[in-house]
Amino acid sequence: MSAENIVHGVEWTVKELFVYPNEFIYWSIQIVMYPYITGLVAGAFVLSSLYHVFGQKDLKDIAQFSLVFSLALLPVAMLPLLLHLQQPLRGIEPLLTPHFTSAIAAFGIVITVYGLIVMAEIWFVYREYFVAQVHELKNQPGLLSALRRTVYRALTIGASDVSDAAIRVDKKAATIMAAVGIPTACFLHGYAGFIFGSVKANALWMSPLMPVIFIMSAVVSGIALCMLTYIIIKEWQAFWRRRHDSALEASEIKGAEIDVITKTSKFLLTFLVIAIALEILDLIFRGYTAMKSWDILRSVMYGKDFINIFVLQYTLGNIVPVVLLLLPGRTLRRTVVALLLVLFGVFMMRWNVVIGGQAFSLSFSGYMHYEIPVIPHSLNTFKEGVFGALSVMALPFILFWILNKFVPSLGQEIEGSK
Amino acid sequence: MTCSRRDFLKEAVSTTAAAVLPLSAFVFLSTEEAKAAVANSTVRYAFLIDTNKCVGCGMCIKACKTENEVPYDAPVTRMWVERYIITKDGEVHIDSPMGGRDGFTDNTVYGEEIDPKNIAKAFFVPKGCNHCDNPPCVQVCPVGATYQTNEGVVLVDRDWCMGCAYCIMACPFGARFFHPVHKIADKCTFCYHRITKGLQPACVQACSFGARRFANLKDPDDPVTKIITTERVAVLKDLYGTKPHAFYLGLDHDVR
Amino acid sequence: MKWHVLHPLWVGLGVVGLIIVAGRFLVPDGFGVHGRNFTYGYYRLGSLQDWKDFPVKYQGRDSCAECHEENVRLNSASVHAPVQCENCHGPAVDHPDSAQTLHVDSSRELCLRCHAQLGYPNSNRGAMPSIDDRRHKRGRECRKCHDPHNPREKSE
Repeated sequence: MSAENIVHGVEWTVKELFVYPNEFIYWSIQIVMYPYITGLVAGAFVLSSLYHVFGQKDLKDIAQFSLVFSLALLPVAMLPLLLHLQQPLRGIEPLLTPHFTSAIAAFGIVITVYGLIVMAEIWFVYREYFVAQVHELKNQPGLLSALRRTVYRALTIGASDVSDAAIRVDKKAATIMAAVGIPTACFLHGYAGFIFGSVKANALWMSPLMPVIFIMSAVVSGIALCMLTYIIIKEWQAFWRRRHDSALEASEIKGAEIDVITKTSKFLLTFLVIAIALEILDLIFRGYTAMKSWDILRSVMYGKDFINIFVLQYTLGNIVPVVLLLLPGRTLRRTVVALLLVLFGVFMMRWNVVIGGQAFSLSFSGYMHYEIPVIPHSLNTFKEGVFGALSVMALPFILFWILNKFVPSLGQEIEGSK
Repeated sequence: MTCSRRDFLKEAVSTTAAAVLPLSAFVFLSTEEAKAAVANSTVRYAFLIDTNKCVGCGMCIKACKTENEVPYDAPVTRMWVERYIITKDGEVHIDSPMGGRDGFTDNTVYGEEIDPKNIAKAFFVPKGCNHCDNPPCVQVCPVGATYQTNEGVVLVDRDWCMGCAYCIMACPFGARFFHPVHKIADKCTFCYHRITKGLQPACVQACSFGARRFANLKDPDDPVTKIITTERVAVLKDLYGTKPHAFYLGLDHDVR
Repeated sequence: MKWHVLHPLWVGLGVVGLIIVAGRFLVPDGFGVHGRNFTYGYYRLGSLQDWKDFPVKYQGRDSCAECHEENVRLNSASVHAPVQCENCHGPAVDHPDSAQTLHVDSSRELCLRCHAQLGYPNSNRGAMPSIDDRRHKRGRECRKCHDPHNPREKSE
């Protein structure tokens, strides 16, 4: 049999005992990445809305940043799906013939609506800046400036009124977009949880709690990623300025603001505690009701996946960060460690749901081990292997860097601040 | 104030327009055309599988793979036979090497040879797509690439399936898989190309023992229908509520 | 009235419009709800005919009897009567048009599918004549001694 005709899943699935012939690990690392990325999108947006909607004024800087970062994350959300589809060129079909009885069909609608909302909100926030840039670049020579000016002109979409009244309306519109965006962002990730929770064939996934658990941990991961990236960028900028401009007073150089971090950490903690409470609740219910699937689920959770679930996800990913964030005398360094662990914990949660749900057979009499391809030897083993996942993880940062060149969000001076 | 309400308008209009998408994608056929194409609700196909008769020869799997062009050496199959050996100590040994494609010619299960003297009971269970009345696989397809015909047969549109595997995950019976050559979801089609010509499905024809039979449930004179309606038959995994239409005689409680 | 707030709305509607227009070109004819309901009957109508047009390979014993009367008669009178010709001879497809001879599987493994002794109590398998593969004429093709069309007779 030629290489292109290998059965999908056979290269990374190892079966043990009785597994139905057609069972393989069909949903592999890319399906772990997809809810992870959409979770980051939702979480980043909610963090931004804490400022725009709930008026948490001291979160302004980080809110600015996470709004733009949420947009950078959005196109990346589609990449794991395209890499996973057996027929990626047909990937547009959920937009053309959506079968709404399927949770995945909601994807097309949700991502379009959410994308438009985020872009609209960014537009309302930055419109004044775009108009200012069009004027500033008018008299600057060079092709690059001319190109940039064209981009900014396009971005104004013909709205160049920057009177006080117009700006007031912009601010109001941005607030409304942020408010409408919160339930949309929740739906964007809640439906991903519904995709798993509604599969009655899978004993681990079938649960009404699935969408809620997914949303809670999504918000956690989004806040954590934004905080982490924000800290790193701010500290790097401060370090750079210190090295290159010794004339500046130490007090003028600001790194990541400790009180901003403290406040955001409190939100992070709340959602973290809720997320783990729901997961423990799910586990207790399963053990108590002991349905037919409980025997094999127990042997998977307490046996083969014990380290993945209880050590990596619950302890390292949940309990340790909670402790690190609650202990007095919190330093920036300790916060960074806690945030990294949180991000890792949320990733493990996605892994334990997606891969864990395929670790046992539908027959309840056998197991499947997932051996993730590391060194790719074919297109398939690249797309569904470690390097495919790393490519997906790296892309939002590259997109953000490009986006930031036109929509600066790291606290640089913007004409007529919001 | 009115200005900002326009933003709600934007939200409402784009969502509505997007929801109207599926309607705009249809090409409307005339009622006669549509009816003619999907006429025939006087037919409802179903399988009758007698595990008392199955000897595990695997000829059905060989016939199915050849008839339906599923690569012979690929570890996927549209239907398969499982062997159950319950030894006297109460342990249940189940296997289905390559789906039972080569039959069962010895008592070695996962490298362990089972002495016939220790066997309390042993039997074979042929399985495949149950062509359920409420197929969860059809419900979860995001693009309308899989569907149920008026005769109850569940099929996949090879030209439209995008290979997301949601239907494969949704089937409680493990009947679906990715076709290694066509790279789309595949499953037992009830040999739709044969039964619509008056022929038997390939597996039914190949079975020398009458373990696999099929029926038109809506035909009261069909001899197999008579068995299904008058004798005690069971279905697999009834609790999922999919209303499977593969009926079993002699189904043991140990069958997974 | 600050009309500029509507500009994102126009962009949004434009995007939606583009998708609808794309649908007009990309969605094949006959896509819709056919038969039962949206849940179970949403598909491209042409798919039904595609499946009906799938080529048939196995023709069945009656088709073999049209030319191979003698062998079919012999087989039908023997204990191998329930066994289909094509189980051993492979699918006829359009024989003899594209294939003059069909390759017959005369391997020992084929016969062992039914006749390998497994020793299952209360089983149809157990009721059949069977051999211990390791003991009985190990490695030899069964048809060297047993005529497949009439197994109770010794073959030539």
